[in-house]
Amino acid sequence: MQDSLKSSSYQQLEQKSKYTNIFLRWFLYFILILFASYFIFPLYVMVVTSLKTMEEIRQGTLLSWPRGLNLESWAVAWGGRGYGAGDTFLRPYFWNSIKMVVPAVFFSTFIGAMTGYVLTKWRFKGDQWVFLFLLFGCFIPFQAILLPMARTLGVLGISNSVIGLVLVHTVYGIPFTTLFFRNYYISVPTELVKAARIDGAGFFKIFFKILLPISAPIIVVTVIWQFTQIWNDFLFGSTFSFGEAAPIQVALNNMVLSSTSVKEYNVDMASAIIAGIPTLIVYVLAGKYFIRGLTSGAVKG
Amino acid sequence: MFKWLEKNLPKIVMAPAVGLIGWFVYGFVLWTLYISFTNSKILPKYELWGFGQYEKLWASRKWLIAVDNLLIFTALFLIFCVVIGIILAIFLDQKIRAEGLLRTIYLYPMALSFIVTGTAWKWILNPTLGIQKMFRDWGFENFTFDWLVDREMAIYTIVIAGVWQSAGFVMALFLAGLRSVEDEIVKAAKIDGASLFTVYWKILLPMMRPVFFTSFVILVHISIKSYDLIVALTQGGPGISTTMPALYMTQTAFHKSQVGLSAASAMMMFMAVAAVIIPYLYSELRRENAR
Repeated sequence: MQDSLKSSSYQQLEQKSKYTNIFLRWFLYFILILFASYFIFPLYVMVVTSLKTMEEIRQGTLLSWPRGLNLESWAVAWGGRGYGAGDTFLRPYFWNSIKMVVPAVFFSTFIGAMTGYVLTKWRFKGDQWVFLFLLFGCFIPFQAILLPMARTLGVLGISNSVIGLVLVHTVYGIPFTTLFFRNYYISVPTELVKAARIDGAGFFKIFFKILLPISAPIIVVTVIWQFTQIWNDFLFGSTFSFGEAAPIQVALNNMVLSSTSVKEYNVDMASAIIAGIPTLIVYVLAGKYFIRGLTSGAVKG
Repeated sequence: MFKWLEKNLPKIVMAPAVGLIGWFVYGFVLWTLYISFTNSKILPKYELWGFGQYEKLWASRKWLIAVDNLLIFTALFLIFCVVIGIILAIFLDQKIRAEGLLRTIYLYPMALSFIVTGTAWKWILNPTLGIQKMFRDWGFENFTFDWLVDREMAIYTIVIAGVWQSAGFVMALFLAGLRSVEDEIVKAAKIDGASLFTVYWKILLPMMRPVFFTSFVILVHISIKSYDLIVALTQGGPGISTTMPALYMTQTAFHKSQVGLSAASAMMMFMAVAAVIIPYLYSELRRENAR
């Protein structure tokens, strides 16, 4: 087949392959859908399980459809059963996470924008080394800083507090936010900045009047990245906080691990979905920016 | 004075970031390094003790299991993520209907935390009510799938969940790579009689060398740091059969109060990451400078 086609034009070839490849097409879709079901399977199981009663769970299988829209396990996961000791539920920890994420995302994004701006538009001798110096922070395994961080937070009197976690997430977010803004601003023509400088505009005026108005896409990418990272963090949360100051991932883990008499998988699944829903919503609404953050040379920490 | 301030304003603005990273990253790593050479137990001691902690570490059965598991996990995690990622990227690149939807499905696990997905997988893999029961209810009465509670096999459940979480990411990297190749190259090859398979195998995949490299670095990095997934899925068990270095480090530090020993394990992790990252950063920078 290959030889006979050698001299024919591209259009003919396309035409030909259109008919011969119908089988391949079906195969293609089959594989793609097969993988799609592998990826969707856990989410499906989570949702249906959260809607079942424990009775249904024991009788049915993983895949079986729930009998009705039973939202009780969601209510228990969010607000508890209303009795005192040992009744853990997610609501307070959800707010802890919000209180932690909002300032940490704000500060780290702001600092990253500033450093990215200086590194590209106010270049100085050795700025590349400074960038490398900051960039290396993206890659360190956090185990290498856990022990001194725990002591530092203790000395500062903010261990086991939301403020402590804000500090930790802000600091270790800076390398990523710097990377994002630096890579974005480097493609902005420096002539714009130079012209503004000749006109007498200062450091901050140039930033707020020229750079910031065109920064919307990279701000979205950075905010989404930082939000996802900090919301999903478990290592820092579980190391530097316990009890009431814990963020939601830590609370979820404690809830699932707590060995009370009967394991309630429906409540576990509802809790897992609650803990995952904010980042999932962001992903569905702004997937394009999410993926751009993931693939722009950044490393998931 | 004002002149000086104006002239140095950019550097002053840089100072907080550089100071914070200098202190909290470099300073802290050096502190951990120093502590790894002391005989610190619950509280840090500052008298040097030599390589004692490292000797203790590499004589510890638990650490050796952790390193073993890391090697198994990294190898399988890499192979499966890259193979699945490439297959999905190439297939999606064939002018597929509903490409956007499929892409969204393949990548959504990346938006979830390992604790959330670990919780889901733990439920799916548990023998009494999960997959095993499902198949038995369907009539396969001897069907057994109890890897989660099997010492020998539990590590592979972590691979299953890890690949599920990260394969879509490799797909996204390769899809972006394939899309950046000029259409003309593919067309020319087809006119020369190359089959689609040859086009990918001989032309496009070799062009994806940088993408392979990036995926490799990122995946190895994820696997060395893996901690959350193990905590959520197995807590290192059954027994200590699924311990990994990151889990070993926190357990040694915070449950066993062996600060010196855990610092040594943290430094081993640090060196493993550095061995992968430094060549990567070096080549990235060279590429950028060459541009």
